[in-house]
Amino acid sequence: MLAVIDYKAGNLTSVLKALEALGAKDVTVLADPAVMRGAERIILPGVGHFQATQVLSDSGMTDAVRAMTAQGVPFLGICVGLQWLFEGSTEAAQVKGLGAFSGMCERFETRDKVPHVGWNSIAVSKDSKLMQCIDNGAYVYYTHAYQAPLLKESVAITEYGGCRFTGAVERANVMGVQFHPEKSGATGLQVLRNFLSWTPSC
Amino acid sequence: MLTKRIIACLDVKGGRVVKGVQFLSLKDAGDPAELAARHAEAGADEIVLLDITATHEGRGTLIDTVQRTARQLFIPFTVGGGIRSADDAAAVFDAGADKVSINSAALADPRLIDAIGHSFGAQAVIVAIDARRAGDLIEDAEVYVNGGRKIAGRKVLDWAREAEQRGAGEILLTSMDADGTRAGFDCALTAAVSEAVQIPVIASGGAGSAVHFAEVFKLGKADAALAASIFHFSVSDARSLKEQLQQEGIPVRLPC
Repeated sequence: MLAVIDYKAGNLTSVLKALEALGAKDVTVLADPAVMRGAERIILPGVGHFQATQVLSDSGMTDAVRAMTAQGVPFLGICVGLQWLFEGSTEAAQVKGLGAFSGMCERFETRDKVPHVGWNSIAVSKDSKLMQCIDNGAYVYYTHAYQAPLLKESVAITEYGGCRFTGAVERANVMGVQFHPEKSGATGLQVLRNFLSWTPSC
Repeated sequence: MLTKRIIACLDVKGGRVVKGVQFLSLKDAGDPAELAARHAEAGADEIVLLDITATHEGRGTLIDTVQRTARQLFIPFTVGGGIRSADDAAAVFDAGADKVSINSAALADPRLIDAIGHSFGAQAVIVAIDARRAGDLIEDAEVYVNGGRKIAGRKVLDWAREAEQRGAGEILLTSMDADGTRAGFDCALTAAVSEAVQIPVIASGGAGSAVHFAEVFKLGKADAALAASIFHFSVSDARSLKEQLQQEGIPVRLPC
């Protein structure tokens, strides 16, 4: 099963459509951690406010994700889903993220327009699994006002408004993308394909 | 570097793409799903589908058309026309749209902006403004509703600020004076709106050549620009347009 977590924030249709186009099998949209048991892969999409991720803690989803990723199940967070992998976001500071990566997400501080909307380029790490076959400087589609800090685990980096931030993050089986792979044309589909085809080695 | 977006717009009437001159005399330009795919292939950064008669004739948005168009589209896809409630918006999102564009209904009840933004996020709400100059002063430019048929009684700059404050994610500004003329965008009006708000502004109306796009990005301070007729009748495609813009020093998504 490929689990797509629905936490009632925004719209899952585009992500599901992209997974379908890539031939993903046995895609299950779910909100109940009990249903997620046995999933081979997990995707957490998301657009909107960080506050919406509170429901993940309330429903026990956070604990389920923590347990399953510890066992090596590949996990991909998209947009707010990436931000949730960090400790939290100043957008809703009282809501805790998963804490798989250190640091808080913060609003862009710039005189340029916020939110950051549109196609921007990524500098990619060569040894990243998620960024396989993606050219350095490729364009992806972003729409967000909060950004995740740079870490050594950042595998795609984008610059906006004088700030360099994490476009994608990856440690073993836990991955996230701030941009929208389902809306980033051929480049985005390749990122999703990489996530779907990557198998953890023992 | 963040690039300037080139957006292909499909004005749809009765399930077919049409394009008028100054909102009138419509010409048939093809099937929406086919044209959207062709534009994406030809390098458009985004697709907007506007059901131009929905409000006027009281029809709902053409969910079938949206579904068919969205199916093979993996770039941002916006749908407008006939969206009067958060439920209408939800149906369009379910059909595969990423953003909705609201116009007349937002003017009739501005709380619609808050409502859709609250449920689906600000990034999913574009407030479309049909603007017409009233004399030389930009501050006097007026907002029109119902496909440009009726004056709304709002000034363009005020309405743009209110839309942002209520949680719109982007403004789609159409100059009715320039629309369909292929004589260039209203750069002064676009710049005034772009400076009045912090959210991205999409310029629309008047595209006829690459020079016009370069002008609206440089002088008009637009974040994105939209064109329909320039692409449909193969006057130019997005890729060759972007190549020309790149030579003018405008950052664009290339290769695409």
